[in-house]
Amino acid sequence: MIHSLFLVNASGDIFLEKHWKSVVSRSVCDYFFEAQERATEPENVPPVISTPHHYLISVLRHRIYFVAVIQSEVPPLFVIEFLHRVVDTFQDYFGVCTEAAIKDNVVVVYELLEEMLDNGFPLATESNILKELIKPPTILRTMVNTITGSTNVGEQLPTGQLSVVPWRRTGVKYTNNEAYFDVVEEIDAIIDKSGSTITAEIQGVIDACVKLTGMPDLTLSFMNPRLLDDVSFHPCVRFKRWEAERILSFIPPDGNFRLLSYHVSSQNLVAIPVYVKHNITFREGSSQGRFDLTLGPKQTMGKAVEAVLVSSQLPRGVLNANLNPSQGTYTFDPVTKLLTWDVGKINPQKLPSLKGTMSLQAGASKPDENPTINIQLKIQQMAISGLKVNRLDMYGEKYKPFKGIKYMTKAGKSVSSYLFEFLFI
Amino acid sequence: MTTMQKLLQLPVNAVNIVKTVQSQVQGQEEDKSPVLTPDNAQQAWYSAVQPDELRHLRSGGSGGGGGGSGGGSEQEERGLQEEGGGGGGIFHTQPLRHDDLKEMLDSNKDALKLEAMKRIVAMIARGKNASDLFPAVVKNVACKNIEVKKLVYVYLVRYAEEQQDLALLSISTFQRGLKDPNQLIRASALRVLSSIRVTIIVPIMMLAIKEAASDMSPYVRKTAAHAIPKLYSLDPEQKDQLIEVIEKLLADKTTLVAGSVVMAFEEVCPERIDLIHKNYRKLCNLLIDVEEWGQVVIINMLTRYARTQFLNPNINESLLEEGGGGDKTFYCSDEDEDEDEEKEKQAEVSALAKRKPYVMDPDHRLLLRNTKPLLQSRNAAVVMAVAQLYFHLAPKAEVGVIAKALVRLLRSHSEVQFVVLQNVATMTIKRRGMFEPYLKSFYIRSTDPTQIKILKLEVLTNLANETNISTILREFQTYIKSMDKDFVAATIQAIGRCATNIGEVRDTCLNGLVQLLSNRDELVVAESVVVIKKLLQMQPEKHSDIIKHMAKLTDNIQVPMARASILWLIGEYCEHVPKIAPDVLRKMAKSFTNEEDIVKLQIINLAAKLYLTNSKQTKLLTQYVLNLAKYDQNYDIRDRARFIRQLIVPTEKSGALSKYAKKLFLALKPAPVLESPFKDRDHFQLGSLSHLLNAKAGGYQELPDWPESAPDPSVRNVEVPEWTKCSSREKRKEKKVEKPFYSDSEGESGPTESADSEPDTGSGSESVSVSVESGSPSDSEESEESSESDEDEEEEEKEKKKKKKEIKQMQASESEQSSEDDRKRDRKIKEQKSNSESESDEDSESESSQSESSDTESEVEVKKKKKVSEPKPPSKPLKKEKKEMSLLDLDDFEPTPSPQVTPVNTFLSNSLVTDLEGLSLSDSVLSPATIAPSSALKNYELLHRITGEGLSVEYCFSRQAFSPDANMVAVQMHFTNNATSDTKNLHIEDVKLQSGMRVKEFAEIELLPAGEATTAVMGVDFCDSTQAANFQLCTHTRKFFVSIQPPVGELMRPVFLTENEFKKEQSQLMGMNEISENLTLDAKCRNEHAIVQRVTTAANLSRVPCGSDKECRFAGKTVTSGSLVLATVATKDEGAAQLTVNCEKMVIGTMLVKDLLLALTQ
Repeated sequence: MIHSLFLVNASGDIFLEKHWKSVVSRSVCDYFFEAQERATEPENVPPVISTPHHYLISVLRHRIYFVAVIQSEVPPLFVIEFLHRVVDTFQDYFGVCTEAAIKDNVVVVYELLEEMLDNGFPLATESNILKELIKPPTILRTMVNTITGSTNVGEQLPTGQLSVVPWRRTGVKYTNNEAYFDVVEEIDAIIDKSGSTITAEIQGVIDACVKLTGMPDLTLSFMNPRLLDDVSFHPCVRFKRWEAERILSFIPPDGNFRLLSYHVSSQNLVAIPVYVKHNITFREGSSQGRFDLTLGPKQTMGKAVEAVLVSSQLPRGVLNANLNPSQGTYTFDPVTKLLTWDVGKINPQKLPSLKGTMSLQAGASKPDENPTINIQLKIQQMAISGLKVNRLDMYGEKYKPFKGIKYMTKAGKSVSSYLFEFLFI
Repeated sequence: MTTMQKLLQLPVNAVNIVKTVQSQVQGQEEDKSPVLTPDNAQQAWYSAVQPDELRHLRSGGSGGGGGGSGGGSEQEERGLQEEGGGGGGIFHTQPLRHDDLKEMLDSNKDALKLEAMKRIVAMIARGKNASDLFPAVVKNVACKNIEVKKLVYVYLVRYAEEQQDLALLSISTFQRGLKDPNQLIRASALRVLSSIRVTIIVPIMMLAIKEAASDMSPYVRKTAAHAIPKLYSLDPEQKDQLIEVIEKLLADKTTLVAGSVVMAFEEVCPERIDLIHKNYRKLCNLLIDVEEWGQVVIINMLTRYARTQFLNPNINESLLEEGGGGDKTFYCSDEDEDEDEEKEKQAEVSALAKRKPYVMDPDHRLLLRNTKPLLQSRNAAVVMAVAQLYFHLAPKAEVGVIAKALVRLLRSHSEVQFVVLQNVATMTIKRRGMFEPYLKSFYIRSTDPTQIKILKLEVLTNLANETNISTILREFQTYIKSMDKDFVAATIQAIGRCATNIGEVRDTCLNGLVQLLSNRDELVVAESVVVIKKLLQMQPEKHSDIIKHMAKLTDNIQVPMARASILWLIGEYCEHVPKIAPDVLRKMAKSFTNEEDIVKLQIINLAAKLYLTNSKQTKLLTQYVLNLAKYDQNYDIRDRARFIRQLIVPTEKSGALSKYAKKLFLALKPAPVLESPFKDRDHFQLGSLSHLLNAKAGGYQELPDWPESAPDPSVRNVEVPEWTKCSSREKRKEKKVEKPFYSDSEGESGPTESADSEPDTGSGSESVSVSVESGSPSDSEESEESSESDEDEEEEEKEKKKKKKEIKQMQASESEQSSEDDRKRDRKIKEQKSNSESESDEDSESESSQSESSDTESEVEVKKKKKVSEPKPPSKPLKKEKKEMSLLDLDDFEPTPSPQVTPVNTFLSNSLVTDLEGLSLSDSVLSPATIAPSSALKNYELLHRITGEGLSVEYCFSRQAFSPDANMVAVQMHFTNNATSDTKNLHIEDVKLQSGMRVKEFAEIELLPAGEATTAVMGVDFCDSTQAANFQLCTHTRKFFVSIQPPVGELMRPVFLTENEFKKEQSQLMGMNEISENLTLDAKCRNEHAIVQRVTTAANLSRVPCGSDKECRFAGKTVTSGSLVLATVATKDEGAAQLTVNCEKMVIGTMLVKDLLLALTQ
């Protein structure tokens, strides 16, 4: 299984190493650096690299490469999934998972890694168990520790590991019992030049923040569960119940967790909440190009479209863009040729637009790449698929919890791609 | 600071130490001690390890560094500076500093020790050597402070290998820990002890592992399982002893241990597959409750296991592929009337065993069934593991379920996508159909990293076929415009592959690629040229224009590979371009010296070929080129030139070879086959590292081929005594403590549930809460023990009673699945006893009726059933709803007093049904009627005996296709002449119909003698309405006005859908087209069979196979318009059920709901 772990930062320094079996020399990472050099983009480093004696499996998160060293056959996804789990745990503990945060908390990091793997095989990966073993550092706790001489390491033993519900610790107490559920949906769409949708899918997640005393047993039911085409659950959800009744029944972990992620069946038409009118032209022979972009809301059920951010990769031939936004601000990076326009909120009465000219390299021919336009947006209080939570019930405890449900729609990797000419017709 | 010192009440010497540290480390800043500073904020342990470096940096005089940091502590600020400085360490003052650390470790103050340990751990983390501190550190192994202790463990595990002798000092501490009353301390002691890689302690470790393997606490046993591979890697000679421990732990019934021990099994003795037999069923059943990492390991292991133990479920398919003759006899025998003939035929077939109809082993089915829910796991590795299991083990028809889950993983992190796409690419080669519905999920996004784009392209290419090629090509066009040039090149190659694979689009693709030749980007052009070359090789004669066009390109194009390709093409097909070819050679000869090597070689080739075909024009040119090549720097080119000269230019010396020069050079070359690089990769187990690398990784276990004949399945049977005789208190307790969290619901809703499933599921939800309570960690071991002792006594008493009464009760209660309290179950069973007796009778009735109905099935089909039913008897005792019946069976069939208790068998009878369904689904030969349990046809009266003056007519809807007109419903009429005189000329007249309706009359019946009966079939097109068809039935004397009114259920005919198709169709028929009703099932109609029977009686629908046992699905099409009619009956607790009908025709839907409601509730 996992032999060693190296953390490599963006500039190619190994800033942390941990070995679970005998020590592997850090020179093994040279193979990784070679691959890193070959890759044009940081994300193009192959996740699995074969070296004469070892295999390197790496993930890139927060500009840090987590490189695991493997010596024999193991499912690559096993390692990748584990590494992501490590990153998630760090993020959970330190708020951010940056090089600085890891360096500042190097001892906690080491203690965590020690608990998460035993001889290279995952041991405790539930954040709830880990938090019982090693308390997350807070300023207050560090203060107290220094004064009283107590430590970050939990005094109690990790009873959670023995439990049948390993994700929940016992003896949870709150004065305000609350359960919040956020239904967040992302639209992923590819739209062609003429504005017709090539693919569009909705992926959603239900993130929960449950702060309830004792051992509550919750059930969550939907008005229209059939919308959910494909789901994956937190291990706490009782699968059989879902299969039979389409009800989510679970004993929740304490705190924040992702209850469910789902995919809305592609048969249902996806309403794209915005439309784009565009006119991007380059004239042959002239060193000028026109850029004209207008956004408008569409099918938003009266909800405001917020935090709109448009970005477009312009062809390499473009030297500069001189544009005039009707609202928001735009930037154009002449090196990467990336145009970003921070639109903000769309006002249906006065549609935001970005107009102006682009200057091209003199003498260069008309660029033939097609600029793609990416749109990010947010709509509060609406799940675009129409998914509605019907009710939330609690069993097993006597108090009445406060329940809250929030809906939100976001754009995922929403891409509008524009074809300039057809080849095969 | 002074207050701080007071607070900490540091002993004088400690302060002194601090001071010395400071004076060495921090120069004049005496008021800030490294120990005491952390009061301000977070400690920067990471940088604190090398104050010498810091000083170095400081003297360098960098000012601001980490100014923004919130803590403001001097130390942290410097820490940040150090980070900024890049941190290359020179340890010139190292021994000095290590002395400080030693002193701190020797102090008797925990805070100082902790401080020192943290620094040391930070050093280890940075990869700095801290081994010389070993003696100082190891002394603290027995420190009271838990964090110090843990950090010492970290250190110890890291350096013990280097300092073996000193490490031994710590061993006694752990040995003491192994005896601790607290299970967690025992576990952690074992964990550290086994992690110390010191050969001398191997015997101690062995002893500790053995002891821990029989520990009371499952957590300690889990740790023991973890320790096994550690010891094995330290000393492989212990293998035999370790295998014993593994064998023992494999028998463990707790989910906690299962994953770890299988992991140990995989590392130590993956070849000992025989150890799994006895635990196979248990592992399958526990699987869903094992933690996710364990699931991955178990599933991968079980995949291998299943490959050695079961038969290939797709054996029929592979037979079909093998050859037409064989499968013909196979299918003929299905319908064969004459058994002798059949036998003869079969005797002819040499491999008789192979031809046996395939019946899936129930254990095989169990594995597939129990892994399927894990496709919903949030852990990508688990999903992938299940996917590969299905790919390698499932019958072809069932593999499709994994597609959706894999597509879901494509929305995960890019590394996950990378691995998943590799596997999908391999799968798409073998099973393209599976991913076709998800084609669009593989469309490339501009934000994807290049490696993902290229893999998606690979998948899209594999998925391309005649129907979707146009959409895929349109997508490809967009990609060609991408700015990512590697990706564009890959796209062009993909187009080339589509073109070779799909003949219809070859010309379109070629044209498109030729257009690309005028692209401004040279890379695009070059790549196109290479691909066009390959395409042209397939049909060169048609495309001389393209070759001409490409010849022109040689002036501009510079990419060597492309130039070489063009030259090769011209040379190869020089007879198609007789005028241009010599001219190209002329140009090339001019630029020969400046060309790249591959181009030069092709120029020589071109020259040689032209010389052979057209020596008049090109003789001189060829000689010129060969002369140039003769003096080339590259020896390959010189060699080639020499070789070719000898071959083509006839001289007196040249031998026989030159005669064959033409044959050599102008031989017909086979067209290249453009293949996916993922072809045949599936001989590696999917999802494995070896598959990803397409090379065998160390420790990879080959996926064995299916066996020719299945090994004895009885090896997996578990002796009853093992299960029932868990009289020892320890075992009993285990069961209490580690009740699988969800297994209860699993067990309750086992697929064979029928008659009395309702009360059970009711209790199922109860038992969840029970298990939660008992499982809550607050229950200390002691209290459990005490409470259990009472229970045990009670249970023992009860068991005595039970034994007297019924064996099966005991079995049920002992079954691993049931996590219910025994007492409860007892009560319940007693309650149910009376019910279930009658119900189970019914059950058997319905079964027998089904088997009767399947009389239409061929002999072989029946045989199959028999064959399956042979292993059936032992399975029955376990089925809860068949308890009474099975008892009888046992008496009859089982001579041995100990019935085999195999929880697996719970699934048997059901799996039989599904197997048969699966079979008949794949065999189109079998008529649909074999699946839909046809029931007695309901007769309606058309003409009563009295009104008909002796002639009575009944009709029924025969549900046969009405052959003259497919849009008509066949109405079978049954004429009986009760009169004394004959009836003549029976026919139909004066048909009155609603518009659109049509009637196909039956042929006139000339004579119906008195007392006799006859039947006739007429067809009526009801236009999907329940309007009656009115007409006159005429005899030679009288006319009777009659009418036929169809029940709505007869206006449809069954269609066959797979589960996926059904879901897909259903999702398209939502909203207005969907009608749902809640109902309470009739008491007699609470099992699957009854529901199926009632629904199919009420409406001419066919059953759709369904994974869930709580749902029955039916599908049909209206006869006239062919609109789909989908019905779903989802059963719930207490006989509640929901009926859903989806139909485009709302009227039909509403009426059907009414009819079905009536059928199900009465």
